[in-house]
Amino acid sequence: MEYSLHFGAVWASFDRLLSGLAIGLALAVVAVAIGTVLGLLAAFAAVSPYRPLRSLAGLYVALIRNLPLLVLVLLAYFALPQIGIALDKYQSFAGALALYSGAYLTEVFRAGLLSVPKGVIEAARSIGLTRLQTNVSVVAPIMLRNALPSLGNTFIGMFKDSSIAAAIAVPELTFEARKINVDTFRVIETWTVASGLYIAACVVIAALLRGLERRFPKF
Amino acid sequence: MNKPQPLLAIRGLTKQFGAVEVLKGVDLDLDQGDVVSIIGSSGSGKTTLLRCVNLLEEYQGGDIVLDGETIGYRSVNGRRHRLGDRALSRQRAMTGMVFQSFNLFPHLSAAGNVMLGLRKVLKLPKAEARAIAETWLARVGLAARADHYPSQLSGGQQQRVAIARALAMNPKLVLLDEVTSALDPELVQEVLNTVKGIAEDGATLLIVTHEMRFARDVSSRVVFMEQGRIHEEGPAAEIFGNPKSARLAEFLRNTRH
Repeated sequence: MEYSLHFGAVWASFDRLLSGLAIGLALAVVAVAIGTVLGLLAAFAAVSPYRPLRSLAGLYVALIRNLPLLVLVLLAYFALPQIGIALDKYQSFAGALALYSGAYLTEVFRAGLLSVPKGVIEAARSIGLTRLQTNVSVVAPIMLRNALPSLGNTFIGMFKDSSIAAAIAVPELTFEARKINVDTFRVIETWTVASGLYIAACVVIAALLRGLERRFPKF
Repeated sequence: MNKPQPLLAIRGLTKQFGAVEVLKGVDLDLDQGDVVSIIGSSGSGKTTLLRCVNLLEEYQGGDIVLDGETIGYRSVNGRRHRLGDRALSRQRAMTGMVFQSFNLFPHLSAAGNVMLGLRKVLKLPKAEARAIAETWLARVGLAARADHYPSQLSGGQQQRVAIARALAMNPKLVLLDEVTSALDPELVQEVLNTVKGIAEDGATLLIVTHEMRFARDVSSRVVFMEQGRIHEEGPAAEIFGNPKSARLAEFLRNTRH
């Protein structure tokens, strides 16, 4: 087998890989931010005493979590315009990833909610906090702290899933790497560098989240 | 001469968990400044009674009147309706509750625990809430622990924070539910002394306890509950010194060692 490594061609386009990484990160941040709001709402709905809310949350998770992200992205980009909702490729990917991460985060937050001791909730009610005040001031902070470790996992997973945006020609890291690969035929070099960038970004995200865990010690 | 209206009047209270009747018609009056202890074996309905008064439990029959206001339910055309969240919350704020398992907010400091209700329910400004919290923490002997988190406090200290949290709201009535049962033996006394202190300050207390010596010491009246009913009630000296019913005498024999 004859293959000598020449990284020069990849380094020449390194700025495109970096801008691809930035686009992927930006898409993931926007999507996960929206997904976090969706997940929080759906998780509270999932444990609410009102059956219609519980059913709605259950339906959301069942529909979205059981679809591959790629299918969701293709639906958003190619199918929605057919019914008059035209989104550009960034919007449709961010929207799809937001919905997708929201479904996963619903389960993460729901587990966190179940971990809040019932007695602590009763204590909040007993001093006269309303249900909403209790959820905002007592349940949410405890739940978020308990959910932090699995939250980190989900965030990293969602960032890596930004590579799926390549399928609709969003110029993020995987898309750029594939172009460089095709242009230079430097297969091993291109994908090694791209992998290195993914790993580095994930290590940084994980370190940030661990810092957050240390900042808010376990109760 | 008419007796003034009691601060708390429980009338014919009945409560079922499914098919199990836990309270079978309880009547109890507390006047301002009364310290009433409820004793009885587990399953007699003591804790459920307290939780009904704090509106943490729904009940099927009877009325609870606090300071002239019927709480928890309203009657429309003879039918009982549970009040909405806002009304229940307002009425819960009139009573304070101290729980067996402390139930402090783990994400807030001792002062933060006391301040939450002052800020959110009584809508006090932060500085004022902080000042009240510090006063109450000092009252329970924890002035130096205001900025400690519950996980940094002993069980006895946590329970004293919980007492400060309940009393800082200036409730008309404080409910204490087996407040020393989850404590290591050497920590029981500091909590009992704190309760005794607030009783001497004139707070109205309804106490569920297994500490007979404490009940005898602190109570103006003692209630013995048995199978969902009040079986015997009277001044502490009478209940402990001269029980009238055989069942109470037997209960006291079994708990006194």
